Amino acid sequence: MTATAPPAHDRTGPSDERLLHTSPWKKLLGRPELGSVVGAAAVFLFFSIVADTFLRTSSLSTVLYAASTIGIMAVPVALLMIGGEFDLSAGVLVTSSALISSMFSYQMTANVWVGALVSLLVTLAIGAFNGVMLVRTKLPSFIITLGTFLMLTGMNLGFTKLISGTVSTKTIADMEGFAAAKKVFASFTVGGVDVKTTILWWIALVALATWILLRTRFGNWIFAVGGGSGAARAVGVPVARTKILLYTGVAFCAWVSGQHLLFSFDVVQSGEGVGNELIYIIAAVIGGCLITGGYGSAIGSAVGAFIFGMTSKGIVYAEWNPDWFKFFLGAMLLLATLLNAWVRKRAEATT
Amino acid sequence: MTALVELDDVSKYYGNIRALEGVSLEVHAGGITCVLGDNGAGKSTLIKIIAGLHRHDGGTFSIEGEETSLGSPREALDRGIATVYQDLAVVPLMPVWRNFFLGSEPTKGKGPFRRLDVRTMRETTRAELLRMGIDLRDVDQPIGTLSGGERQCVAIARAVYFGAKVLVLDEPTAALGVKQSGVVLKYVAAARDAGLGVVLITHNPHHAYLVGDRFVLLKRGVMAGSHKKSEITLDELTRQMAGGSELEDLRHELERAPAPRHVGGHDLGH
Repeated sequence: MTATAPPAHDRTGPSDERLLHTSPWKKLLGRPELGSVVGAAAVFLFFSIVADTFLRTSSLSTVLYAASTIGIMAVPVALLMIGGEFDLSAGVLVTSSALISSMFSYQMTANVWVGALVSLLVTLAIGAFNGVMLVRTKLPSFIITLGTFLMLTGMNLGFTKLISGTVSTKTIADMEGFAAAKKVFASFTVGGVDVKTTILWWIALVALATWILLRTRFGNWIFAVGGGSGAARAVGVPVARTKILLYTGVAFCAWVSGQHLLFSFDVVQSGEGVGNELIYIIAAVIGGCLITGGYGSAIGSAVGAFIFGMTSKGIVYAEWNPDWFKFFLGAMLLLATLLNAWVRKRAEATT
Repeated sequence: MTALVELDDVSKYYGNIRALEGVSLEVHAGGITCVLGDNGAGKSTLIKIIAGLHRHDGGTFSIEGEETSLGSPREALDRGIATVYQDLAVVPLMPVWRNFFLGSEPTKGKGPFRRLDVRTMRETTRAELLRMGIDLRDVDQPIGTLSGGERQCVAIARAVYFGAKVLVLDEPTAALGVKQSGVVLKYVAAARDAGLGVVLITHNPHHAYLVGDRFVLLKRGVMAGSHKKSEITLDELTRQMAGGSELEDLRHELERAPAPRHVGGHDLGH
């Protein structure tokens, strides 16, 4: 980012004369998230023009909030996808996590933090179950997590009706620890401004995931198990452990999302979450993750989630029928994937 | 001097199938032992025994004079035997430097700040490849964009860097063109000159004769011949490799057979 670019013939130091002018622009083209950034800019511009209220601070913060609720889950789903696997149970796992937390606290009349802790343990166990089943049975993750998806959907409804008598949980807003938990998982007020904590969680998770992916051994292993698990095993990468950890990562973020659901709305609807798993996957794919694994980025998933937030709220601000949302999301997915493929081809071309 | 790896009368059976019987070979430091054989001769089985994927059923397998039986590839690696398979064990989408250190990444920093030592990884990759004579344009390029020969060389350089004493190469030139093959053979020779023992599996006697010191010929699971370079000529090696007396018979048959009319029974004019 210097003001004056060095001339192309200036080849001092250890640089190689065969490296013909790799401009910063070219390096940028090689980034996995580039396609999604271009897409996000286009969507932003589009809604800025068609929706008068889109550029207001309140609208943008609503967009950011919507993006963050998806983004928190898109991060671990992207990591998992880079590791070559899917998790179709991620959407309902969020609901399960909220239900467990709420019902445990309510039934035991315990501090809500105890419920949250129990929920964390159970949620992590479900994630680990997905991972262990995957590496033990060697079945495709699509089948295994489709199984847990259906089982969790049934259990969410079944247990909630059995325990609460209705399809939603009882309110726990008056219970001990609720106010503090709400500050951590839902929102707090600073100087009269209501801050949604999901946005902070989101930023933190994206930063953490990026660090892990690019600068740790575990990150190297994620790319390796997704890009060639046979080769990874041959050079001593613990493939099974890496995959199980990726699934527990999804579970951890599902717990954060679930607690957000609980502490911002007091009650949890047991049928929620179905279909969200696809939105997480879409965010990751729009963000440049290769569906076959081995390539992608956490920042890309954040941009994908941001596109989702802009589209879902932008349609409302443009005063269109929200029924069109899914159409836009689908079109975006196709365009982003094509753009990503095209950009990658351009970036890998020799000149 | 004791051999780095010595197989004596080694056999391997899969159920009632005799995959390998009575095979002996020696690999010395700074030497290249070539294993030659047609498809199905037992070359893969031999590799798998040396690499620790299979245990042998008969005979003795010694590493540096000590009789052994390897239980896993990890064990073989720990004893200094590195195997470069035809698929090379590289992840095509990952940069060269990440591939080079995959599974044995150096780190710096402590606790939560423990991180990849990216600088060292890049510089070492570049330096190690250069030492093997591979001048890579950019260690950041995905390894899948390298040519087959270059990838083979990276895999060899990696094995050498991580302290291999014995390098087992499974048909390193099989899928390569003439020029690429030459490049790979140069690196095989470089590894030998660095003091490693090399087992070169191939079905190309010309490549074998260029670099090899000892030649072991396999045929249908048994040893068809074992020669030092001084004891055999390329022609003889080629003849034996190509089937020996069988080839001779085939030649006579072909000579005697009159050219069939439908393929043009007239003088082609040499």
